[in-house]
Amino acid sequence: MTDLLAARAQMAMSLAFHIIFAAVGIAMPLLMVIAEGLWLKTREEVYLTLAKQWAKGTAVMFAVGAVSGTVLSFELGLLWPNFMAYAGPIIGMPFSLEGLAFFVEAIFLGLYLYGWDRIPKYAHWFAGMMVLLGGTFSGIFVVTANAWMNTPTGFSIVNGEVTDIDPIAAMLNPSSFSQALHMTIAAFLAVGFAVAGIHAYFLRRDPNNLFHRRAFAIALSVGAVFALLQPISGDISAKKLAKYQPVKLAAMEAQWETERGAPLRIGGIPNEDTEETRYALEIPKALSFLAHSDFNAEIMGLKAVPRENRPPVAIVHFAFQIMVACGIVLITAGVLGGWLAWRRKGLPSQPWYLRFVTFCTPLGFIAIEAGWTVTEVGRQPWVIYGLMRTADAVTPMPNLVVPFVSFTVLYIFLSIIVFILLRRLIFTSV
Amino acid sequence: MFTLEFCVAGVMLISLVIYMLTGGADFGGGIWDLFATGRRAKAQRSLIMEAIAPIWEANHVWLIVIVVLLFVAFPVAFASISTALHIPLTLMLVGIVLRGSAFVFRTYDVQSDTTHRRWSRMFAVASAITPIMLGITLGAVASGAIHVDVESGQVDTDFISAWFAPFPFAIGFFTLTLCAFLAAVYLTLETEDSGLKEDFRRRALIAAVSVGAMAGLSFLLSAEGAPMIRQGLSGAPWSIPFHILTGAVALWAIWTIWKRQFRLACILVPIQVTLIVFGWGLAQYPYLVTPDLTFSNVAAPDAVLRPMLIILGVGGVLLAPAFWYLYAVFKGASRKTNDAPEQLDT
Repeated sequence: MTDLLAARAQMAMSLAFHIIFAAVGIAMPLLMVIAEGLWLKTREEVYLTLAKQWAKGTAVMFAVGAVSGTVLSFELGLLWPNFMAYAGPIIGMPFSLEGLAFFVEAIFLGLYLYGWDRIPKYAHWFAGMMVLLGGTFSGIFVVTANAWMNTPTGFSIVNGEVTDIDPIAAMLNPSSFSQALHMTIAAFLAVGFAVAGIHAYFLRRDPNNLFHRRAFAIALSVGAVFALLQPISGDISAKKLAKYQPVKLAAMEAQWETERGAPLRIGGIPNEDTEETRYALEIPKALSFLAHSDFNAEIMGLKAVPRENRPPVAIVHFAFQIMVACGIVLITAGVLGGWLAWRRKGLPSQPWYLRFVTFCTPLGFIAIEAGWTVTEVGRQPWVIYGLMRTADAVTPMPNLVVPFVSFTVLYIFLSIIVFILLRRLIFTSV
Repeated sequence: MFTLEFCVAGVMLISLVIYMLTGGADFGGGIWDLFATGRRAKAQRSLIMEAIAPIWEANHVWLIVIVVLLFVAFPVAFASISTALHIPLTLMLVGIVLRGSAFVFRTYDVQSDTTHRRWSRMFAVASAITPIMLGITLGAVASGAIHVDVESGQVDTDFISAWFAPFPFAIGFFTLTLCAFLAAVYLTLETEDSGLKEDFRRRALIAAVSVGAMAGLSFLLSAEGAPMIRQGLSGAPWSIPFHILTGAVALWAIWTIWKRQFRLACILVPIQVTLIVFGWGLAQYPYLVTPDLTFSNVAAPDAVLRPMLIILGVGGVLLAPAFWYLYAVFKGASRKTNDAPEQLDT
């Protein structure tokens, strides 16, 4: 394993680990705030029990998210010092704001988790709201910094030196809005369905359990609402990609030729040697339409860029297919749930639907992992698109396989423990 | 003197002080968990856990603030430090991850003695490793062993010799004793049980002596290990009065612990630690990474620093009430109830 590969593997592994906990930390407070709000409104004890039970799982996830996020902020320098020396000041604005948002999240989480009996009821609910806001904005700012790596703006280069830094312009780069929107919705969508899926599992065994019925209703509503929003944000992302990162889009679609009326490919195996994609189901002209709202618009193909500037096509293409497939299943579950609830004027608790939602439990997280694979691997070989290669950003430190293996072992250990603890918390709930 | 980079450096130093006084004390709690002994060992552990639980995550964010300020305002310094000190920083991260995880696992795992002991041990060991590694990092930065070419930003390092040396290790253990000292003193106010109070009073006194010993050892080793710091610590016009002040506060702090004036001790000890950190900051000024990087020669342009300082200012104003509320809710009440027994003791 080369040091570059080890560094990339460590970064990818750290991100893949952290993003699950980060998404939970962003979205669970919404479910908790809804449950607690309903308790304040109706005084039904079950809502309070629910908020407290959800808070326990969230506490575990948040702590692991906070420490694994700390690891990432150091890894930026430990693994990619040249990137940080170059980019640190330019992307300082979102990182500074992220620090503030993280403060808000951590302060109010302490009040929320340990303040049930120590602060007034509405102050407690407000603390929950602040955790939600802090977490959401924390995520938005971090994604904004990542968006800058995809579409770097807010500075000029004179004789190889960075000058005229405009931190605001860097933060508001062309990808910021679409990426932050897509990721934030994804977090609520994934967590909504994951929680709904868990409670659906229990409802199948105990259909009249009030605790699980209320929990399922809240989580499914959140999941379904965000499932309906995600296609809109996906469409915005596609159009941004077509404009600013055409190579990434070409890799996602395994599009080799530059052509008008490009098809949308479902499945298919891209071959990077022969530069063709076989066995794909092609929907004629659909890609051109999705990317430019015009069935005959021109789509750039991978052949338009030299091989050394192309990302690994197969990985990006497969990851994109996985993300979209998971998304479609979740959107179906959301629409179906809404329709069933409307017809029944009540909880959609048909056993077959509960089974379907249980099946959906991991799909949002799989989609998040796949989506990040698309955006990160799809940017390769660049760490800053068009400006700095990943290979030029890596630390001169030798034997990077050692920290990679160490952190991998550490994170596998933590994953197992978290899984066991959450399982126990869930099975001992009401 | 009051350039923007000077202001950012000041904010970093203040953040480091606050991190030591809050997050450092949380690590100190873990150290006393490791050394929990006697009949009340279990009660000591529970007290530490309850004291830390609601606040450690908020306290931890100060470290993130320091890192972000470093890489935004002094990017070459961040790159050089994280290259040359990759190994201690990685070990520190492992400590941070294990400390936080073990703490929350202990809270939410089944409440049996065996699981409790397992997570407790992991929490305690990780709490000890982390401040040692943080101190080693700061010691290495001060030592003058990290050489950087300012023009190219290239750091000349073998990844080991800059930190694997007596002086950084002395600073590592110095940091450990400071954390333990802070925690022991704070914990005297966290309980009304006079036995527990006595336990932590004794620990505070032991820690106070250790702090003095490590400070002396670090100063001795600085002659060879960190000559520029030594120069600042002993040669500058402010240095002698400053040392006298720090020493006087230290002695006064020990006296109050001895006399069981714990409320006063909880004010004096943080002041003492603040003076120690500021003394180091002053001695190292204007160097960020001795001997090549100063605050001015690696600072990001004003266009970056100015909006960041504005954010820090506005954020500070917005966050201060939230912090105050957090501490008032979890630390305010217990302190008030502690007034009476103290009067009796003295």
